[in-house]
Amino acid sequence: MSNKLFSYNILDTPIHRLSGLTKLIGFLLLTFAVMFSYDIRVILAITLFSFYVLKMAQIKYSQIRIMVIYVAVFILINMVLTYLFSPEEGVKIYGTRHELVRIFGRYTITLEQILYQVTKALKYVSVIPLGIIFLLTTNPSEFASSLNRVGVNYKAAYAVSLTLRYFPDIQREYIDISLAQQARGLDLSHKAKLVDRFKNALVIIIPLIFSTMDRIESISNAMDLRGFGKYKTRTWYNSKKLAKEDFIAILISFLIFLLSIFVSIFINKSRFYNPFI
Amino acid sequence: MKKYFEVSTKTIVATGLGAAIFMLLFMYVKVPSPVPNTSFQTAYGVAAFFATIYGPIAGGLIGFIGHALNDAIQYGSPWWSWVIASGVAGFIFGFAYKNTKVEEGEFKSKDIIKFNIIQIIGNAIAWLLVAPGLDILIYKEPTDLVFAQGLVAAISNAISAGVIGTFFLIAYASTRTKKGSIKKN
Repeated sequence: MSNKLFSYNILDTPIHRLSGLTKLIGFLLLTFAVMFSYDIRVILAITLFSFYVLKMAQIKYSQIRIMVIYVAVFILINMVLTYLFSPEEGVKIYGTRHELVRIFGRYTITLEQILYQVTKALKYVSVIPLGIIFLLTTNPSEFASSLNRVGVNYKAAYAVSLTLRYFPDIQREYIDISLAQQARGLDLSHKAKLVDRFKNALVIIIPLIFSTMDRIESISNAMDLRGFGKYKTRTWYNSKKLAKEDFIAILISFLIFLLSIFVSIFINKSRFYNPFI
Repeated sequence: MKKYFEVSTKTIVATGLGAAIFMLLFMYVKVPSPVPNTSFQTAYGVAAFFATIYGPIAGGLIGFIGHALNDAIQYGSPWWSWVIASGVAGFIFGFAYKNTKVEEGEFKSKDIIKFNIIQIIGNAIAWLLVAPGLDILIYKEPTDLVFAQGLVAAISNAISAGVIGTFFLIAYASTRTKKGSIKKN
């Protein structure tokens, strides 16, 4: 519970100097490039690139340890489930069959399945540094203005910035309520019966929701009094002008994105890279 | 139709704070279920509650923003197919907006049934149609796997939205002033 939401810290690296808009565009382009391609060579290249950028941004392992553990567990479960549900998925995709070992029944290990699952795991791994870089090097207040500038309606962008602004407050309030209720003997573990577990969760969330609804009332009144939403567009206090570096970074991300599409369409003729034919 | 899609300042603020609660619950407040290693996400109960009070725009954005930020913080990058499905679920929950008498301080059997039908439809569309469909389209996941996951998610989220959402709405209704509660002596 104690882990901080955004351990954003101000450093002077080339990545930190980029504007939030650039980082958002880069993040989206690169993640879409990885999402689209199933070519292990392309994904490997993007993975290496994103780890290089991670190093450039001087992000320490201690900052991202919890995230890495979460992802590792997630990938592991996904791999096992994928294999249990469809051990023949690779064969279906690549259309050939190179069997290595037969375990039992329909569970065999084929080269195709290994390639499919390794590619998939790598796909997850490659986007993590991208998300981390984006989160840890972008000023949260700048985030909303970037969203607005890529075309998201400013009211929706403002909602995102409110979420980021009020998350720590709500978290603090939640901890207070939870401790107060536990001091009164509330059992939140799985020792309690299922019905009780639901009840106990409610006992904490209900005060939280009602205090939040009061807060919604006062914040929206304050915003109305200051004329929020009067015009179709708005300006942002926290938006940076794009510099030369920004255009270069956008260009690089765009080229990688194009490369991924290009490889899929012209070289592989599908989203998969097939070394078996 | 117009009543559903009005966006006031209050809708925006409710979206922002609702998404913050959604994120918090999504991360920390899971009710462990009898099936090992699975849990009920209380967050969907809150999404259904906020959607009923503030409408489909707020509900959809709460699901989308809350889930996307949560994924970004926990896994580094959002899992877009499920993030979109959360948004769809929240949006559909929002059709309970102004369809029940909760604002007038009444949330009785008829309203409870109405709310739960909408909530179940929303969960079914989101987790049995949108999430597996996009998983196959975007991520090329195996078909059997995504539908099995979708089914588990649909059932557990419908239970948590049903139980928790209903309780919240009853609690909320009891704080509202009832229509015609003031009588002339």
